[in-house]
Amino acid sequence: MSVEQSYIDIYNQMAGKVKAQSSAPLNALRDEAFKAFADRGFPTKKWEDFQRSDLRERYATDYGMNLTQFNINFNPYKTFKCDVQSIKSHLFFVVNDVFYCNDPKVADEIAALEQQGIVAGSLRQVAQTHPELVAKYYGKAAKWDVDTTVAFNTAFAQDGFFIYVPKQVQIDAPIQIINVMNADLDMMATSRNLVVVEEGAKLQLLVCGHAAKQFNYLCNRVTEVFVGNYGTLEMYKLEDTECCMTNIGSLFVEQQADSNVLINEITLKNGFTRNNINVELKGEHAELNLCGMAIGDGDKHIDNHTFVKHAVGHCKTNELYKYIMNDASVGSFDGKIMVDKDSQKTEAYQSNRNIVVTPTAKMYTKPHLEIYADDVKCSHGATVGQLDKEALFYMQSRGIPEAEARMLLMVAFANDVIENIRIEALRTRMRLLVERRFRGEVKACSSCPDLCM
Amino acid sequence: MGLLEIKNLHANIGDKEILKGVNLTINPGEVHAIMGPNGSGKSTLSAVLTGNPTYTVTEGSVMFNGKNLLEMAPEDRAREGMFLSFQYPVEIPGVSMVNFIRTAVNEKRKYQGQPALSATEFLKMMRERKDLVELDNKLANRSVNEGFSGGEKKRNEIFQMAMLEPKLSILDETDSGLDIDALRIVAKGVNHLRNSENASIVITHYQRLLDYIVPDVVHVLYKGRIVKTEGRELVAELEEKGYDWIKREQGDL
Ligand SMILES: Nc1ncnc2c1ncn2[C@@H]1O[C@H](COP(=O)(O)OP(=O)(O)O)[C@@H](O)[C@H]1O
Ligand SMILES: [Mg+2]
Repeated sequence: MSVEQSYIDIYNQMAGKVKAQSSAPLNALRDEAFKAFADRGFPTKKWEDFQRSDLRERYATDYGMNLTQFNINFNPYKTFKCDVQSIKSHLFFVVNDVFYCNDPKVADEIAALEQQGIVAGSLRQVAQTHPELVAKYYGKAAKWDVDTTVAFNTAFAQDGFFIYVPKQVQIDAPIQIINVMNADLDMMATSRNLVVVEEGAKLQLLVCGHAAKQFNYLCNRVTEVFVGNYGTLEMYKLEDTECCMTNIGSLFVEQQADSNVLINEITLKNGFTRNNINVELKGEHAELNLCGMAIGDGDKHIDNHTFVKHAVGHCKTNELYKYIMNDASVGSFDGKIMVDKDSQKTEAYQSNRNIVVTPTAKMYTKPHLEIYADDVKCSHGATVGQLDKEALFYMQSRGIPEAEARMLLMVAFANDVIENIRIEALRTRMRLLVERRFRGEVKACSSCPDLCM
Repeated sequence: MGLLEIKNLHANIGDKEILKGVNLTINPGEVHAIMGPNGSGKSTLSAVLTGNPTYTVTEGSVMFNGKNLLEMAPEDRAREGMFLSFQYPVEIPGVSMVNFIRTAVNEKRKYQGQPALSATEFLKMMRERKDLVELDNKLANRSVNEGFSGGEKKRNEIFQMAMLEPKLSILDETDSGLDIDALRIVAKGVNHLRNSENASIVITHYQRLLDYIVPDVVHVLYKGRIVKTEGRELVAELEEKGYDWIKREQGDL
């Protein structure tokens, strides 16, 4: 039986129950998405956009699926105590693939946000209480023609986080979402997130991934983001998980005129990671800053795939990805910026810089620009190198031990990605986490989930 | 026993032999000048002494402070008191000057069994030593040597020397590319740090620097060997006559 067949059987048996628990906006796309998945199956290395990541193989493990959305007996608010309280945030958890609601703090936070006109909380619940709001956006940005794991997600997903920031509202503090995997068996989570930032509104969003136990986990998380005219979104994503975690994250962003989006993705520790980021600039003078860094060790696999489409002119993209690969880890960056025919006065810069520390580590890079307009300023480039030997010797000659000197150079290399973080307290925290990570401390964040403020 | 004792030192870069039997003894309190035409091996000698992995020692021995220098890692040589003011100081983007020098100072203290300096102690020390070489305050927060002018880089080397208080400092053409004012500042810094316990090797082409930092002994390094060792009067002689007579003495002209 093929890997896909068992999931096809599950859908055929369970779709009725899933739909009954779920509501119209989410159900509307399920069958169509399921068909797209069943027709083509999971992506394999033969697919052009998956040359380095065989996702079919990742799904071959016999994972449990929590289709009845059973709430496990685990309160993350009790488990995770933070040691740094330097910035205040509205904190929520998604446990496996269920938005966690069982602690009274959740209702308090939701109410506090409601005071500001913001709708936030469980996608499943908001789809019931505000069906028209969810229906207006759900599935409108996410496409599954390239990546059938998005179709899989659309067929099965029932919950995740939802955030709606209405016109001109500037949220009082960042929203922090912690995705926690916690199950006493091999477990799959399929969750769906939706973020809407309306005209002139502003949202800072911190998302991190965490695994509470050492089972095989697979997360397929799809996030759709809509940013209106003059809207601002900063999205900081941190992965600091275990070796047995497969993370498939897909992000779809649509930006309207004069909007400003920052996406900053840091992979400190992981197992197998595949991130797909798709951004479409749909209104003039929109600006995108897309950056990320990844640290690989052991036999970890980190694959970032980005696609930015300049559908109109006068927009700007700044893309920077950096990798530091140790041991026998494998990194891949595949980034494309496409400038449509009439998108004149586009500015688009893409850069991928990598350090391969050991001879057994591998880095694949495929930066590309596809430009159909003629009046544009664009550049792209990639480098793969080692740590600067002269700098290393210079430091050693001042009495700094080699290991420390290497650490300083690696932190320095990562620095410009960290510098992109616009929240000062988060920047400081991230610098510390990166440094701890390079020092080889087991868990970068000692007593709390990773982005915990 | 000397502070530094080099015996019959041979060193290669790849298959090419650059140092061909160097002998040199330096005692505490002494300043030695090493002069010689371009390409003689002066920078190679300083690189070999500081443990630069580009070079391989094929023969000979070096004792520093009674310890076998050649067996030590570069960082241990530094923490034992060896310091090189680089002919071409290296830029390290992303590593701040403050962080760099604080790490270096505290690593040395750790090696010597002393506690790390407190933030206040460190800043005070840094301010004093910075003033000594008239280094701009702004530079402390910049990345190491990044965007520094030629003169700033050289003064930064002497600043680091002042912070690390080495037993043996090697100044490799610290005067090249410096205007007379910068030269005076550098020399002032070096002289200020000079005492009866430490020693310096000043590598240079010109008399200029040696007017300010007066050497006790002057050597000429030529084709990987020390071919002449005299008192400070040799400086004037070389300035006047150039190196041709040395080359002639060596049968090369
Ligand atoms: N990286 C290198 N590769 C090959 N030869 C080198 C290298 N560096 C220096 N050399 C050679 O070594 C010799 C000595 O150089 P160096 O020590 O820099 O001389 P000096 O400092 O006296 O001018 C020269 O012949 C130079 O060409
Ligand atoms: Mg030289």
